Amino acid sequence: MSQTLINTSNEFLAEGGLDSSDLVTTLESMMSHQIDFAEMYFQSSRHESWMLEDGIVKDASFSSDKGVGIRALSGDKTGFAYSEEIILPALQQAANASRTIALAGSQSMVKLSPISGQIARYAQDDPLMSLTEAEKLSILHRLDQLARQADPRVREVIASLSGVYEKILVCASDGTFASDIRPLVRANVTVIIDKNGKTERGSAGAGGRDSYQILNDELLQQLAKEAVHQALVNLDAIAAPAGQMPVVLGSGWPAVLLHEAIGHGLEGDFNRKGSSAFSDRIGQRVASPLCTIVDDGTIQGRRGSLSIDDEGTPSQSTTLIENGILTGYMHDKKNARLMQQKSTGNGRRESYSCLPMPRMTNTYMLAGEAEKEDIIKSVKKGLYAPNFGGGQVDITSGKFVFSTSEAYLIEDGKITAPVKGATLIGNGPDVLTKVSMVGNDMALDNGVGICGKAGQSVPVGVGQPTLKIDELTVGGTN
Amino acid sequence: MSQEINQTSSADQMDIKKEVDFFEQTCGDLVDYAKKKGASQVEVGVSKDIGLSVSVRNREIETLEYNRDNSFGITVYLGKQKGIATTSDLSIKALHGAVDAALNIAKHTQADPCSGLADAELMATNSMDLELDHPMGINAETAKQQALECEAYGLDFSDKISNSEGSSFSSHRNIRFYTNSHGFKAATPSTRHSLSCVLIAEDHLGKQRDHWYTISRDADGLETGKVVGEKAAEKTIARLNARQIKTQKAKVLFIPEMARSLIGNFKAAISGTNIYRKSSFLLDCLNSKIFPDFVSMQEKPFIKKGLASTWYDNEGLATKEQAIVQDGIVNTFLLNSYSARKLNMQPTSHCGGVHNLHVSNSDLSFEQMVKQMNNGLIVTEMMGQGVNMITGDYSRGASGFWVENGEIQFFVQEITIAGNLKEMFANVIAIGNDYDRRSSLLTGSWLLPEMMIAGS
Repeated sequence: MSQTLINTSNEFLAEGGLDSSDLVTTLESMMSHQIDFAEMYFQSSRHESWMLEDGIVKDASFSSDKGVGIRALSGDKTGFAYSEEIILPALQQAANASRTIALAGSQSMVKLSPISGQIARYAQDDPLMSLTEAEKLSILHRLDQLARQADPRVREVIASLSGVYEKILVCASDGTFASDIRPLVRANVTVIIDKNGKTERGSAGAGGRDSYQILNDELLQQLAKEAVHQALVNLDAIAAPAGQMPVVLGSGWPAVLLHEAIGHGLEGDFNRKGSSAFSDRIGQRVASPLCTIVDDGTIQGRRGSLSIDDEGTPSQSTTLIENGILTGYMHDKKNARLMQQKSTGNGRRESYSCLPMPRMTNTYMLAGEAEKEDIIKSVKKGLYAPNFGGGQVDITSGKFVFSTSEAYLIEDGKITAPVKGATLIGNGPDVLTKVSMVGNDMALDNGVGICGKAGQSVPVGVGQPTLKIDELTVGGTN
Repeated sequence: MSQEINQTSSADQMDIKKEVDFFEQTCGDLVDYAKKKGASQVEVGVSKDIGLSVSVRNREIETLEYNRDNSFGITVYLGKQKGIATTSDLSIKALHGAVDAALNIAKHTQADPCSGLADAELMATNSMDLELDHPMGINAETAKQQALECEAYGLDFSDKISNSEGSSFSSHRNIRFYTNSHGFKAATPSTRHSLSCVLIAEDHLGKQRDHWYTISRDADGLETGKVVGEKAAEKTIARLNARQIKTQKAKVLFIPEMARSLIGNFKAAISGTNIYRKSSFLLDCLNSKIFPDFVSMQEKPFIKKGLASTWYDNEGLATKEQAIVQDGIVNTFLLNSYSARKLNMQPTSHCGGVHNLHVSNSDLSFEQMVKQMNNGLIVTEMMGQGVNMITGDYSRGASGFWVENGEIQFFVQEITIAGNLKEMFANVIAIGNDYDRRSSLLTGSWLLPEMMIAGS
């Protein structure tokens, strides 16, 4: 057993006078019903956030949570209960409640076996301790100063800093016995600028699974500059066009397109249930041959990365679309088992009080060969969108949206006037068939993504090179 | 703090008096502890939620979930410096840890002249029983039966229903306790029960999904499983044979669920935070006309069994029945004590939001509204954010029904609707009397003049 696993299990179990034999006994008591799989998920987290406004750090909060979620699977049925108390009677009660999903039945033995050679995808130090409180405040003041320096018309700066330190321990009837320690930090800055009686706002953020040290001065300068730039561009924006046209998406964060248009539709649960527009389409063409898309939780230190997922499965890189052909779905254990597949390490949950589901990690499109300039040049009349807010998808009809936060007209191969924020809408299963050029400038986002599904939020990453989509509906007013 | 869980007992068993006594004692001690450690002001909120959710899918149980969520939050002030800590662990040790953490944070934040509890003389004194607590005594088996029955009505409604995303019954009971160092304290037990159904239909053009749900404080307020299942099926089938329409300008009719989203945008635009940050398209709207004459919005905090009823807001201020909008004129911003101080105004008891909002209507049924629109788009669903709160610019994904000559023609998808909220509000043509009672925001459909629709 690795030292981390020993330490983590002691930390969860010792206080309540438990040891790993109690875990085995509890799992076995669940398996005495007609249960295919029983699991206990221990989680503790410490979270802090600091917020600056009016030039002062006026608001800050700290939260600390701990608990255990107990799950029983029988066929496609799930029983679930959880407790904030990690003591034997509470475990037994939750175990008894979750196993009621199935009738009493056979006996079975559980033997826990730690995986060997778990690869850490991030440092294990507590980011909350990586800076003193005074140093945390100085990051926020620096963002305030940099934004105001960038343009004297900046009226208000709102800057925030947050850090999470999470520990998990998973043990299950399939022998899983694994732990993970996950840091996560993030800085955001929003500026409000007044100019000629008009007001606009711009935002930028960055972070990852690391200590606060990644928020170095160079990065803070970049964030402040980006936020101010976005606000200034929008102050001069004219009405966005309405209707179908070629759209060039910038590299990096605009890959929220991939997340919405195809990512969610390729999550195993929807496909097992036949509720996704991508159900039963493995092996079919769903994108142009220029598109290869992966979900990769193994990238060092990224916001969406995981050493192991929340079911103890090591994270991996899963090819979703290869040269335009749909090659795979993302699975957790339950959906993998019911679809006779293997988990792809995508079983994630917001906390011990939520059930795990197939979720994305870092989803990105591999680089192509086109130069960004050539992509822009190829468009006679269209839209260039280098930055976005969020998006949303209806996985059943396949329709998805995402909204620009910075966009420009392209006229005769040149980027011209900035346009106001507009929502773009498309159909997931065919939007990528309209990708006609893929840039050589693949970039991952800055590390600010939050994905919501069935009420649960998890951190994710996205990435792509500059892309040209020949036809997409742009929801402007003009 | 643990309670027995077993399959036969009801999921909402909670000894309210015992819980309240415990919260009163513990939170009182914690306030004293924080003050002893130097806090000049303290507020504590704690909540405990128990319940169960049962989901069935394709006539079999899918998930049985026992929920029990605790939360504790404390805010301390050291003069004008503020610190907040929260935890889900209600052990005495963890609660003391949270107080220490909040105090530690407050030592590092900077003095904000506007910070602090709401003023003591404004604390609510008139406690009321608003009849919010109606445990159903439901157990896993009866919840399962309710969900199965509901889904069956949906699945059996038509052979066009090809699949199910499931039906869920959930029943939750909550006790919330709030106290602060002015001596204000209040405990509110409440329940929430809901039943929902999500179905899928399919034709040669692809799959469509839609849903219906019912929610209520008490069992009697719920629609039956038959109503929920059949409405879900009707709505899902209506989406078949979907088309895109051409890019054009057309009148738009927002059904009540979508009209609520517009009112949500309005509430955000007049919220204290957006006003003091001068980041709202309604900055100068106070006492001016934003909507046509026939639009009024009345806040009604004291409705018995109301989904957002309360006699005190989240900082202990007395709530009041008040007109937010009267004859098209905005009567008040939505201010808590902090934003009120920032604006040099009086707080309006809106810490935590508006407590039930009732919108006036033009005495027209939905059918009459459709006739009045004559040609245009009924919006039944919207997607994405796409709202700029500073400028009011509005651009969202939408789907709904195309109307010609006052008759619904076909389902429309993959379009966007765009405009500017300020203009949309100013030019509302009519509001229906087809109230959707499943929300604390009670409104009928809204008919708006032409918006830009982007499609093919």
